[in-house]
Amino acid sequence: MTVRVQEAPFDLGAEVSQFTNTSHDVGAVVTFTGIVRDLTTRDLAVMEIEHYPGMTEKALQKIVDQANERWSLADVLVIHRYGKMAPGDQIMMVATASAHRQDAFEAAQFLMDYLKSRAPFWKKEITQDGETWVESKAQDEDALSRW
Amino acid sequence: MIDVMYFAWVRERIGLPREQIETSAGTVAELVEELKAREDRYAAAFADTTALRVALDQELSDFSAPLDGVREVAFFPPMTGG
Repeated sequence: MTVRVQEAPFDLGAEVSQFTNTSHDVGAVVTFTGIVRDLTTRDLAVMEIEHYPGMTEKALQKIVDQANERWSLADVLVIHRYGKMAPGDQIMMVATASAHRQDAFEAAQFLMDYLKSRAPFWKKEITQDGETWVESKAQDEDALSRW
Repeated sequence: MIDVMYFAWVRERIGLPREQIETSAGTVAELVEELKAREDRYAAAFADTTALRVALDQELSDFSAPLDGVREVAFFPPMTGG
């Protein structure tokens, strides 16, 4: 189980390849990648992500621990970046490995739902017209109720 | 002394990321009232606490929580990770 919070970009292919090769009793690997998209009607120049060093790692580890308790997982990888990113850049990734696909699929969705509103990250969009903090959505909070 | 940290627009409105505060507040809500009474920028940041979240020693908590033994309080808007 690995949680990484970093400013640097990550190599999605290399991460997934390494994650997939570490165990022989794994029949399923599910991955999710979050990418910076231009949500504004103007041109998004930069997405800046702030986080709470210390709490971020603890919160992510807690979410991973909860996923481990609920599903039969061989391994979990969470990478989340902070700092400045451009549209098209990878922000974060989640990978789950299990013997059968249902555990890996459900755990990945659970991790993403919790990570969106329980890990201390804040996104700011910077355009030519100025800066705007991205607001949380009620549906992100609602998504937790299904678990 | 207690470490108080601010993130995202709370940090921008107050104008600093962290500070040490000498307080006798018994709860988070009492601390917020003390801060609001200090200066307009604090009053502006804490105008609507339903729009804010609080963490005590890096664990999510709530505004009615006691501050006994707490070393680090953080205020921030709802999180937008992922």
